[in-house]
Amino acid sequence: MSKTALEKLVARFGPVVTAQHAQHGNETASIQPASWVEVATYCRDTLGFDMASDLTVVDYLGQEPRFEVVLHLYAVATKQRLRLKTRPPGSDGDDETPVIASLFGVWPAVNWMEREAYDLYGVKFEGHPDLRRILMYEEFVGHPLRKDYPKEKRQPLVRRPPAET
Amino acid sequence: MGLEFHTSRLADAVAWGRKYSLFQYPFVTACCGMEFMSTMAPKYDLARFGAEFPRFSPRQADLLIIVGTIVEKQAPVLRRIWEQMTEPKWVIAFGVCASTGGFYQNYTSVPGADQIIPVDVYIPGCPPRPEQVLDALVLLQERIQDHKGFSQVRLKAEHDKIISANKLVRR
Repeated sequence: MSKTALEKLVARFGPVVTAQHAQHGNETASIQPASWVEVATYCRDTLGFDMASDLTVVDYLGQEPRFEVVLHLYAVATKQRLRLKTRPPGSDGDDETPVIASLFGVWPAVNWMEREAYDLYGVKFEGHPDLRRILMYEEFVGHPLRKDYPKEKRQPLVRRPPAET
Repeated sequence: MGLEFHTSRLADAVAWGRKYSLFQYPFVTACCGMEFMSTMAPKYDLARFGAEFPRFSPRQADLLIIVGTIVEKQAPVLRRIWEQMTEPKWVIAFGVCASTGGFYQNYTSVPGADQIIPVDVYIPGCPPRPEQVLDALVLLQERIQDHKGFSQVRLKAEHDKIISANKLVRR
């Protein structure tokens, strides 16, 4: 049986892959953030992952680095899936602090996904052509899916005047 | 005395006309819309009660039916649509999301449309049964006949407040 995409990735990049996991063909590789674009380009060109199906962020509040960017890839021809993770440095919880290179140049499809990740988690994607909020309104302050965003906090745009008694 | 008697009966006649010719503006944002459609459809047929026409222009409507969740981003739009409606106007909150925010207790949802505009009748349910919707409409009709439209009373007070706040002169 031929090598899996994960094995090829590890053979090519070695220590850049900091952690890996594979079970029932469900393959995950944790990547050093400095090589994020390089690994992504390799996955697209050599491993044939031509579709970026999802890009999300996980907030590990209390850990350092705090945020983890998760990328889901799919190869249409071979029907393979691969999950890439990376932890951008400097994510100490300050607004806008975590910075990771944008994958817009590799898969243009990540355009809105990265905007969503920026909007809800405050992870900045360097090199993104149009990094602004996509779901929340412009007046919104903060990033609501961060674990330290108060659950009941509202930022209303319009409210009725208080009722006269 | 005769004049007094005459005007009150005229007001009642006008109210009678208004309650049986409610032109509605369905502000449909979410899944409750499906239930609203079934209420409009022949089986339950909201038209039997005079609320025949959905007018998709707020300027031609006098009943705003808020069907579904209102999010904070959308709130200014709803407020503006309500402001564009001509008076007298009434508002029905259709379903728990429009009434209270429902199970959405988070950064994105408005906890009830009455945070933005005054509401006459609230319909609970997720979604409400069509019978509840018809009941709400009949309830609103009774209030219109009795000149007790809640939002109308609140409307006057708030309107004056806004006008004075904006230093506008009402012509």
